[in-house]
Amino acid sequence: MTGRSQAPGRARSGLVTSLLLAPATFWYLVLLVLPLAIVAIYSFGVRAPDGGYQTAFTFDNYGTLLKRPAPFTLSLVIAISGTLLCGLLAFPLAYFIATRAGKRKGILLVLLIIPFWTSFLIRTISLVIILGSDGIGGFLSDLTGQNVQILGTMWAVLIGIVYNYLPLMIFPVYVTLERLDRTLLEASKDLGAGRWATFRQVTLPIVWPGLITGSILVFIPLMGEYVVPAILGNGKVFLIGNVLQLDFLSSRDWPAGSAKAVTLILVMLVTVSFYLWVTNRGRRGREVSLL
Amino acid sequence: MAINKSNRARSSAAGRDRLKSVVEGWFRFHTAAIYVFLFLPIVVVVVFSFNGTDRYLTDWHGLSIKWYQRALSDTQVQRDLWNSVSIGIINAILATAFGTMAALGLQRVPKRLRSFYDALTYVSIIIPEIVIALATLILFAGFQNTANQFFVSITAEGKPFRVGLGQWSIILAHVLFNLSLVLLLVRARLSGMDRTLVDASYDLFATPWRTFRQITFPQLLPAIVAGFLLSFTFSFDDYVISSFVAGVGSQTLPLYIFGQTKQGVTPETNAVAAVMLVVTLTILVGGQFLLSRQSKRTGGGGGATTPIAMVAEQT
Repeated sequence: MTGRSQAPGRARSGLVTSLLLAPATFWYLVLLVLPLAIVAIYSFGVRAPDGGYQTAFTFDNYGTLLKRPAPFTLSLVIAISGTLLCGLLAFPLAYFIATRAGKRKGILLVLLIIPFWTSFLIRTISLVIILGSDGIGGFLSDLTGQNVQILGTMWAVLIGIVYNYLPLMIFPVYVTLERLDRTLLEASKDLGAGRWATFRQVTLPIVWPGLITGSILVFIPLMGEYVVPAILGNGKVFLIGNVLQLDFLSSRDWPAGSAKAVTLILVMLVTVSFYLWVTNRGRRGREVSLL
Repeated sequence: MAINKSNRARSSAAGRDRLKSVVEGWFRFHTAAIYVFLFLPIVVVVVFSFNGTDRYLTDWHGLSIKWYQRALSDTQVQRDLWNSVSIGIINAILATAFGTMAALGLQRVPKRLRSFYDALTYVSIIIPEIVIALATLILFAGFQNTANQFFVSITAEGKPFRVGLGQWSIILAHVLFNLSLVLLLVRARLSGMDRTLVDASYDLFATPWRTFRQITFPQLLPAIVAGFLLSFTFSFDDYVISSFVAGVGSQTLPLYIFGQTKQGVTPETNAVAAVMLVVTLTILVGGQFLLSRQSKRTGGGGGATTPIAMVAEQT
């Protein structure tokens, strides 16, 4: 390679590099940066009489949003509880696959990926049947003698969310458990630590990064979730995603919607960085205490 | 006393064993329950698509394939299926080509420029789909207005040419996300690649193009195929972005299915859903098969070589 990269060669190689990067650059600048910048600008505008955007500079969109924060708080509640539930369900499962499954490990992993590759929409619609009056809802109604409705409640939305995002939590946790060095567990046992102490002081710190990655992977799409509440919430559970959809496609109040979108991004940035800060701090503390 | 002590030790050991077997049993039960939870909806969709009823979905009337016949002869379903497949394929081709190109290009640029692209890649993946959807809608609407005003201004007489949202807008929006996905997959593969082969190829006076074709490309192939498959299934399955930027006549299958649920799910919807399942699963299994055969032939080359392993590795 040496001695061959003379000036003309270098110029041609620079041209090749820019050609290779050109399409990605176009997409990132024109279809990512530019639209997001327009959204930020629109959020200060007013709704045009026939819908859309009209130039203005006002903070009214943010003002009304602060007066009615319900969809944001509900989204945060659902996203946080959904993430927690995913973590609680994923950990024992990942632990089982990593340590107990033996030869069936491969097939169990493939089985986890299949629902993930099949349509999100179809699986959610299927939950309508399962939770509805011909499924679990009806069964519970017969059992209790009361009319139990699961669809249209927060519970249905939570079930749908956990159902759809669980694999995103399982994989990172599984990967960290897979890397877990068994000899550490044995060493801990030899040093007289009980099962619980070993779990808390050896297993958990090692799995911690996987749980954090998983919870961020789950939390982020949950905050913008729109399909699950639309289908399982029967229009009664209103998350930010649903409000955004209404603002843009029904009432065509683009500036109000833009303000919500900007706020959503800010809320997510703040929550995720705060979460990372807290968990990293906690982790360092634990590492020190281990020494 | 001594007897008593050893007795207690024995009984506590028995207690521990019992606790252990309870915990083990619970692990097993938990795992099984989650697998049932994950697969039950898929099974339900497929089973009820064969329902012979004429009324509604859960009213079981024996096995029948009539809903498949009805769904597949429905011209709207045919058109939407065609839209979904063509959008998915064009999107996958563009995203795979451009993502791979970008991954190769980023190897050749200074670190600072690379971190700029990295930031954009992560932003495009992390931002909620619905925000991307509404932002692209705003962009396309603005473009459409400007373009149509321009066409009106240059048309002297007759009907001016008009642009509207359509398949192109869905494709442009889908490629953004998928390009980043392919970029990450191919870069992961590139970083795990053996440089010595490339150096050897140059030492043997191969041109850069020939080196790429004969050394780099075959090693990248698993990542490229995985990226292609992921891009296709993402697009084929996407509802959120498509619902914002689809134009008249460019309705896709997920939009059709979502619309059906508003009027109550029928076995026909289930039949369409089952067809979608078969399409994605065929692609997944086919890709897995092709790649594992290919990696056997070329002797692997380290790292994940099948799309399934690739996805698992990425997450």
